[in-house]
Amino acid sequence: MNRFAVIILFFMILFSAATWAYSSVPTYPEVTSGKKITFPRDYGSHDAYRTEWWYFTGWLETASGDPLSFQITFFRTRPEIETGNPSKFAPEQIIFAHAALSDPKTGKLLHDQRIGRVGFGIIDASQEDAEVKLLDWQLKRTAEGVFASKVAGKDFQLDLKMKPSQVPMLNGDRGYSRKGPKPSQASYYYSVPQLQVTGSVVSGGKAIAVTGRAWLDREWSSDVLPENAVGWDWTGLNFDDGSALMAFQVRGANGEAVYAGGSFRSADGKKTILSPDDVQLKPKRIWTSPKTGAEYPVEAEFVVRIGGKLKRYPLKPMFDAQELTGPFTPTYWEGAVSTPGGRGYLEMTGYADKIAL
Amino acid sequence: MASLRQNDKSGPIWRWLFIGQLRTFPFRYIFAVLSIAIGIALGFSVHLINASASDAFGDAVRNLSGSSDAQVAGATSLGFDEQLYTRIYQLPEAADVSPVIEMSAVLGETEARIKLIGIDPFRAGAITPVLIGRQVISDEQSAGRTGGQPSFNINAVYLSDAALDLSKTKVGSFVKIRANGAIHDFQVAGDLPGIEAGQPVAVIDIAAAQWRFNRLGVLDRLDIKRAENSTQSSLARALGKMLPSDARLSGAENEIEKRTSLSRAYRVNLEMLALVALVTGGFLVYSAQSLSAQTRQQQFALLRILGLQKSSLQRQLLLEGLALGLVGSVLGILLGYGFAYLVLAIIGSDLGGGYFSGSTGPIDVTASAIFVFSGFGIVTAILGSFSPGRRAAGLNPAQAIKTSADNLDGAKQPVWLPGTLLILLAGVLVILPAIDGLPIFGYLAVAAILAGAIWLTPWLARTLLAPLTRVSNRDVAFDLALNHLLRSPTQAAAALGGIVASVGLMIAMVIMVSSFRTSVDNWLESILSADLYVSGGLVEASFNADQQEEISKLSGIAVAEFSETINVSLDPTRPPVNLIIRPVQSSQYPLSLIATVDEERAGIPIWISEPAARIYDLEIDQNIRLPIGAGGTPVYVAGIWSDYARQQGAIVMESDDYTQLTGNLERSELAISLQNPQNIDAETERLKAQISNIAGTEPEISNAAGIRNIALGLFDRSFAITYGLEAVAILIGMVGVGATFAAQVGTRIKEFGMLRHIGFGRREIIMMLAYEGILLGLVGLAAGVMSGLAISQILVHVINPQSFNLTMKTSVPYMLLLGISAALLITSGLTAIFAGRRAAAADALRAVNEDW
Repeated sequence: MNRFAVIILFFMILFSAATWAYSSVPTYPEVTSGKKITFPRDYGSHDAYRTEWWYFTGWLETASGDPLSFQITFFRTRPEIETGNPSKFAPEQIIFAHAALSDPKTGKLLHDQRIGRVGFGIIDASQEDAEVKLLDWQLKRTAEGVFASKVAGKDFQLDLKMKPSQVPMLNGDRGYSRKGPKPSQASYYYSVPQLQVTGSVVSGGKAIAVTGRAWLDREWSSDVLPENAVGWDWTGLNFDDGSALMAFQVRGANGEAVYAGGSFRSADGKKTILSPDDVQLKPKRIWTSPKTGAEYPVEAEFVVRIGGKLKRYPLKPMFDAQELTGPFTPTYWEGAVSTPGGRGYLEMTGYADKIAL
Repeated sequence: MASLRQNDKSGPIWRWLFIGQLRTFPFRYIFAVLSIAIGIALGFSVHLINASASDAFGDAVRNLSGSSDAQVAGATSLGFDEQLYTRIYQLPEAADVSPVIEMSAVLGETEARIKLIGIDPFRAGAITPVLIGRQVISDEQSAGRTGGQPSFNINAVYLSDAALDLSKTKVGSFVKIRANGAIHDFQVAGDLPGIEAGQPVAVIDIAAAQWRFNRLGVLDRLDIKRAENSTQSSLARALGKMLPSDARLSGAENEIEKRTSLSRAYRVNLEMLALVALVTGGFLVYSAQSLSAQTRQQQFALLRILGLQKSSLQRQLLLEGLALGLVGSVLGILLGYGFAYLVLAIIGSDLGGGYFSGSTGPIDVTASAIFVFSGFGIVTAILGSFSPGRRAAGLNPAQAIKTSADNLDGAKQPVWLPGTLLILLAGVLVILPAIDGLPIFGYLAVAAILAGAIWLTPWLARTLLAPLTRVSNRDVAFDLALNHLLRSPTQAAAALGGIVASVGLMIAMVIMVSSFRTSVDNWLESILSADLYVSGGLVEASFNADQQEEISKLSGIAVAEFSETINVSLDPTRPPVNLIIRPVQSSQYPLSLIATVDEERAGIPIWISEPAARIYDLEIDQNIRLPIGAGGTPVYVAGIWSDYARQQGAIVMESDDYTQLTGNLERSELAISLQNPQNIDAETERLKAQISNIAGTEPEISNAAGIRNIALGLFDRSFAITYGLEAVAILIGMVGVGATFAAQVGTRIKEFGMLRHIGFGRREIIMMLAYEGILLGLVGLAAGVMSGLAISQILVHVINPQSFNLTMKTSVPYMLLLGISAALLITSGLTAIFAGRRAAAADALRAVNEDW
């Protein structure tokens, strides 16, 4: 869900808002409850909506048992440009991708990105199934239903096949996931936890075979976060027993949650939808980024009410320095975390910006 | 160094010898130094101006093409199909490709001419980061997170500092951009900090560029970054194999070469002028040194008798030359820098020639340039001193100490062989072709003629003056003058060297410029056969087929012919040629053809301009391919026409052929003949309104006379600097001649004293000197005019065709030449009289006794 603001901030930086009235601008469909999510159609792109992403995060293991973690994200956005431009270069759709590889041995986060406007067969996102092409980066759901992605960054490469072991988990009300008090502040959102990963990683010039477990977030929407939100915290955790937890909170300027939510699915497939009252995040240890000065609660505890019982999920980062900065992105922390009996990713945004303010 | 030290030992004597001369005859040396300085100054400033211009241009090109490893550019200004972007992107040798739209545009209320570039910032970011604008306006809707709607601002323009200055716009304001027949408002969102100073550039989004300025489906350029595992040459090979006929492999180096090849010939011509001043200076040094050696003949003889070696004596004169050269060079370098600074600040780096636009960088002075140019000056001065030094050292001291200077060489027959050989050598040199587009041999021939003429001057003086001795009824003053000149032809030649050099070169330049101007004028007359010329006006709008028909039917129009001009690249290393699309066979306005095929034949005919024929080595009836239409088009050369306007070459194609090949019926230019040409002003106004009604935008209408005036005005402006330099060279030459003559007269005080003794009045002496002056002037004029005529023919028939690719007919401006001749004769006579009055005024008795 949470990547809304990533996209928004990103576009704020890149594209200045027009200060005059256009003759016509695109209209974005509103996210409403009751729309049925279908597959494979909804693996593919939804071009009419403002923003969308395919967000893979996961833990990997080399043959010698060393842990690594990765993130591959393809964002799509439909900018608010004047419609009717017959140019094939008209930036009707922009695709942005971000990939990162964390290695606890080096304590380093390698990351890189690609961006471009859809067109000319060079950059494209299929509206039928998961198939995104962005220059030399790609994502494709194969005939066997495996998500295959190949990305090559400046100092690393990822070539991963991610095979679903469970059906998609529809978040919110059958995929209608609210982000704020207004019904329109919502997205279509499902996750595919417990993806089984095989493939190879090139790091330090060497190709290493890896296996692992990953998480896919698929989300698309048109409206943005509540006006008083400054950032959010999100986690997606794969548990060793096959269960999965997704939880988030949207933070206001005072650091308090403006909205919250999540989903828990047990190993037997029983799903619990978490309402704003069911999710709480408690910072445990603050890490200050030497690069940006931002203070992130890199150790935190999600307290979640499942089936009337409070459950505590203390999160520990793989290592502290998993902050991301880049020309097309705002500064945020996105890193591998572990919790007793499970592993996943934690995303924290709006901390660097707050400091800037 | 050894010689310098040796010189130091005997310093006082040498200083005394030289300083004494300087005190006695300051003007002689001042003019020698000045003319060396002027020569150096001209050469150095032309060099500086050009260096900064081409540096600025080179930097700009490299700057704009960023770190791309290869570039593909459209073969014509129509661009190429945008699908090539995909195909090149898919090459394994290409890592990234940035598509670019590029056109000239008019910006804002001030109508500033700028380069408009459309890019996809995402692709350009990694390849040409300088084209990425820096957003300066605040994002008013920065409330992205609070419900604001971020947009992709395709109506934003980023302007370079030069473009901001020229258009007088501010960041944040709205500005009109006109290009390719369209006009659109953009908001200045920021600047382009990466663009070099002086480059007027505007960058917009590529989608906006295609949409707003009628370039849908085409691109002008692809900037390509090669894959890491491929090489520059494998990328070029892969591109070469797949490029369609409407696209060309290009590169920053090519662009720079293109530009320099255009301006180089112009620059060489100017540097030649500088050389002229320098050579004149060399001759003035020669004159000054010859005379000073003659005056000091007895001093030198005395020193020799006292035991001084011949070589030391010669070294003395060479060192004097060195001193003159040093002073002249230092002065020249300073003057040259100042001149370059002024020219760059006032006129711009193209010296009014119109070859570069708006790209003036800082003046880049290199130590090597200073070294080379001052070296020139010093060498010239030393060379000028060499022969007088040798002569002085070669004299028999016993004889020289007794005799006065003047009539020592009277008995010797002047030699004519070396001079004649030099002139013959010039005859051979002019046949040789240009080297690398530069008429090097032509300039060598000019130098050979000049040197030959000067060498021949003593012989010429004797040959021309000897017959006069047979004329009866002369008065005594004339007799004496004639005799004096005949007895000392070497001395005469010393004075004449400067005259011959400056007059020769002046006459050559005058004839060349006049021939050029007359040819341009005649040509303008022949091509401007319509009454009115209409263009799309400021928006560069074009007329579609319906509008064309409607305009043709307007009342008052006898003939209306539509045309269109696009750029076509025949060779990626050269500037594109203009492809002019117009009726030819059916036209009322014939081309100024200088050659045609005998018979029409099958195929598409084109008519090429003379520069195009020379640049691309094309002949009548030759088959070539033009990069227009799908896959290129085979055409043949049906004729060659003369053209002085488009140095890069031009091609004319039948309107119907072009329409058939491209399907394009749009034309943006129109030539009109009126039914009532006598009411031209009223008719122009009426037609302007009517055409404006039909086309929707106000056209620009000029009449033939106006265009001709503008063209000739441009011509005169670009030659204004040439005229200026000529005048300076002549002035220095004349003044130098005067100084030489005055100095010569100064050495003859004794002779005048003697003449006064035997009953000559002052008047007679002055008359004698006037005769001498006029006779000398005549000889100098004869030699100067002859060498000038010869040099002008080299300029007209060898140097200009080789460097500018155009021919002209010789046109001698007789009145101007007569004027110059009269001025020269009067000057030399007046100088002689002026010098004589002083000489004759001296006390006769003291003069005779002036012996030591």
